Amino acid sequence: MSTPDPTATAPAADVTSAAGAAAAPPALVFDDVSVVRGGRLVWSEGTFEIPTGSVTAIIGSNGSGKTTMIKVILGLVPTASGRVRVLGHAPGEGPSSGRDDIGYVPQDYTSTAGDAIRARDAVLLGLTGSRWAFSRITREQRERVDQALAAVDATEFANRRVSQLSGGQRQRVAIAQAIVSRPRLVVLDEPLASLDLRNQREIVDLLGRLNKDLGVTILVVAHDLNPLLSVLDGAVYLLDGHAHHAPLSGVVDEDLLSHLYGTRIEVVRTPQGELFMRSV
Amino acid sequence: MRTVDLVTYQDNWWEILTSDFMRNALLGGTIVALAAGLIGYFVIVRNTAFASHALAHIGLPGATGAVLIGIPVSLGLGIFAVGGALVIGALGKKAADREVATGTVLAMATGLGLYFNSLATKSSSTMTNVLFGNLLAITNDQLVVFAIMLVALAAAVALIYRPLLFASVDSEVAEARGVPVRTLSVVFMALLGLVITMAVQVVGTLLLFALVVTPAATGIQLTPRPRRAMAVSAAISLVSVWAGLAFSAMLNLPPSFVVVTIACLVWFVVWLSARASHRAGGAIVGAPTRATAEHPVHA
Repeated sequence: MSTPDPTATAPAADVTSAAGAAAAPPALVFDDVSVVRGGRLVWSEGTFEIPTGSVTAIIGSNGSGKTTMIKVILGLVPTASGRVRVLGHAPGEGPSSGRDDIGYVPQDYTSTAGDAIRARDAVLLGLTGSRWAFSRITREQRERVDQALAAVDATEFANRRVSQLSGGQRQRVAIAQAIVSRPRLVVLDEPLASLDLRNQREIVDLLGRLNKDLGVTILVVAHDLNPLLSVLDGAVYLLDGHAHHAPLSGVVDEDLLSHLYGTRIEVVRTPQGELFMRSV
Repeated sequence: MRTVDLVTYQDNWWEILTSDFMRNALLGGTIVALAAGLIGYFVIVRNTAFASHALAHIGLPGATGAVLIGIPVSLGLGIFAVGGALVIGALGKKAADREVATGTVLAMATGLGLYFNSLATKSSSTMTNVLFGNLLAITNDQLVVFAIMLVALAAAVALIYRPLLFASVDSEVAEARGVPVRTLSVVFMALLGLVITMAVQVVGTLLLFALVVTPAATGIQLTPRPRRAMAVSAAISLVSVWAGLAFSAMLNLPPSFVVVTIACLVWFVVWLSARASHRAGGAIVGAPTRATAEHPVHA
């Protein structure tokens, strides 16, 4: 990064949970990246770094290219220009086991096949699903599935069909599948959409624990920042066709948010010190 | 008014069942039942039930066209079914998005099959055999080909089992983890084309669904564990074929009819009892665990 965007440079002190890992190279580096899909420029001038061990939201209005950014990171969509490094490698590359390093929770997890598989088997696929040729499941693999299920509080419905689970339960199973390979980076696409408030709260707490206890770097696409504020370190925001990054203090800004969502946003700080934002 | 004997008991049925042509029917039916069991689970999980139905119809002009130009019927059938499968697989996208296109190709293929049949003079029995299957016409050569296909299918499924399952259940995640989702889709459709080529010769184009899809659907209702569902599905197909041949010998009925009837009856009984236990189970499942309290309606 030769000429960092002024808004994109996060002073180290702002990235609280990464403070211990200050020496670690950034989990994600974007250097003047642009993406074209179907002949249309989705966004450009993406220059930012995301520190290892942080929780970062990807925000922007509908159609601004949030999911596209995730697909770039996963190596599913090529960039038109610029350079991307994910955990030190080009997207989709790295050592043979490299992809075990990244967990992914898509939107609308398991919509069609959920009747034909148990939650436990779906999680196991996160560990064995990319291995060719038939092999027995080892005791260690079984234990890791149990641990992943326990980590997301999914043990009690692990033997049920995925189709029988509620939205919140499915989301947990999807997260268990993403973390069972012990990734260093977990990417989630709108994990809170269509969840009720209590389930939103529980999933956010879960993401916080993954980050704090296991040191996992977390990237989460969101259209509502409020439920995530307690765990966020910063955000990538897609504004006017460009991708920027700012620490949380820079993102929770009435002018920026109002511009971003195209409607007047007010940031409220409660006497207890809690932040939230609302459309006025 | 004329009376119709719906069934006639044949007291020489054991003789029929132990004859040479029946031996071929039993062996051929067994091979096809096992093949259907291996692939059926994936047909359901991948939402390709309608596509498999269509492929059976796409095979029809292959079969009648083969008679027209004088090549083996199985070969013509195979070329069209596998070729059609590759095209559907290469198109990608979800089967649900292609229903109209698939249905249109299905209609065109069936019409073409009828046209080829009308051009050839001696092929009307081919037409009936392809539409409804004829287990009793399986030759020794066909048995050899079936056995080779089954071995190839089993080897392929063993090799791609986990990535295929991953790609079928969570294609987005599988793709992100480096599973070649598109390639697997094409490979799967080619395998499905092979199974359909075999199964059409047993139960025919029109009844294929009952052997390839229905037992797998029954298996999945009975167990959500993939390999068990495949085993149950193969077992149902086997019982349907064996009992179908036995009853058809006993009661002088077309084998395809009895095979299909048994497979469908088993599905219906399992479906009814699953519904019954689902209703009865509502109260039991509602035990005050956190998970069910969270979402009692879906429990």
